[in-house]
Amino acid sequence: MSKVRVLVGTRKGAFVLTSDGARRQWSVEGPHFAGWEVFHMKGSPAEPDRIYAAPGGGWFGQVIQRSEDGGRTWNAVGNEFKYEGEAGTHQWYDGTPHPWEFARVWHLEPDSLDPDTVYAGVEDAALFRSTDGGKSWRELPGLRRHGTGPSWQPGAGGLCLHTILLDPQTAGRMYVAISAAGAFRSDDHGETWRPINRGLRSQGIPDEDAEVGHCVHHIAMHPARPGVLFMQKHWDVMRSDDAGESWREISGNLPSDFGFPIEVHPAEPETIYVVPIKSDSEHYPPDARLRVYRSRSGGDEWEALTDGLPQRDCYVNVLRDAMAVDALDACGVYFGTTGGQVYVSPDAGDTWAPIVRDLPAVLSVEVQTLP
Amino acid sequence: MIRVVLPAPLCTLARVEREITLDVEGDVTQRAVIDALEADYPALRGTIRDYATQRRRPFIRFFACEQDLSHEAPDAPLPAPVAAGDEPYLIVGAMAGG
Repeated sequence: MSKVRVLVGTRKGAFVLTSDGARRQWSVEGPHFAGWEVFHMKGSPAEPDRIYAAPGGGWFGQVIQRSEDGGRTWNAVGNEFKYEGEAGTHQWYDGTPHPWEFARVWHLEPDSLDPDTVYAGVEDAALFRSTDGGKSWRELPGLRRHGTGPSWQPGAGGLCLHTILLDPQTAGRMYVAISAAGAFRSDDHGETWRPINRGLRSQGIPDEDAEVGHCVHHIAMHPARPGVLFMQKHWDVMRSDDAGESWREISGNLPSDFGFPIEVHPAEPETIYVVPIKSDSEHYPPDARLRVYRSRSGGDEWEALTDGLPQRDCYVNVLRDAMAVDALDACGVYFGTTGGQVYVSPDAGDTWAPIVRDLPAVLSVEVQTLP
Repeated sequence: MIRVVLPAPLCTLARVEREITLDVEGDVTQRAVIDALEADYPALRGTIRDYATQRRRPFIRFFACEQDLSHEAPDAPLPAPVAAGDEPYLIVGAMAGG
């Protein structure tokens, strides 16, 4: 019988939640890396018991850990993230040039075929790749050097590269997203890059349809249809049907089009999920009601999913990497909150239940579907 | 033989007890001690000194003989009792919230 393993990164450690295919009874292991901020961890699709994790924090900086047994035990691997050549500058908050400085890893993306190849999105925004299982890391500097890099400016959360999507159908094609620079695409394995932000409009920047400067929060892709992308921007939910060449807004009837995560149903490429948040200053749900919104039409028309979620006095946030979907027949949807709850829906969003209620603030949620 | 006391999270990372001993060749300085520490325990690289600058991380402190040596030059000699192995060199996670 299939089972699922949910990987939860929190402000004070990592947790591994496991269940069978029914997803009703759960075991909770952790905290791993107690006291460390775990921005992200993710398993290798090629070797699911290999999991990469990114614990870090203000005291001891960034470390990278790797498990070979599904998250039970961990070993340190390489943690040197050195920008290639002269690091150069980007814009600081006050508009002055600021040297590119490594701060932390936001996202780890293992290759779908090679368990030793893994990508890391970091702050200050850059993309690194390891081809030796995380022992050593090398920047793909074409992203920072493609031309607009010196004009990138951090958002409130820092100049972070938080989204990495590897196209499973077009060899060498990959996407990244950076706050607050925008979305970028490479068609040559990450050597060269170009912005793909046409159609985005952001009122918080001087030229609202500028080539770069957009605060993209997250992008999702269905692996069977990788040319279609869904984006949760700072404000606006967007869609591209041409691999990012152009975007159109699909916010439709959402109660707020601000939010962080966005996900696609694994078996229904037109079914997508978001968690509306009231505003960029009020990082909690509209009307204090925690609602996931689902569109079965690829956007524009959305339905609120509330069964099992708190519908009063709720003031948590759901961060950009804190939502995931499994690959079981009845799709499981998962998300974690800044209040420490991790919720599961074993029926594609119709009903929800907490797996755990009292973890540290949840930074990331990933799920593995196992045989 | 130099005695070094590590903060608990780094003990977990390096899988060692709180106090370890190191062989340090030549002058016993902050740089020499941490070089020896990182050579013996590679998992600690980058956690005490920033990779890029090789400077002490802001929330790391170095104490010994009831003195704060955090702001000493990396190549300054450490106190004689540390060099003699009588007193430990304390690597401390600074008191900070969060």
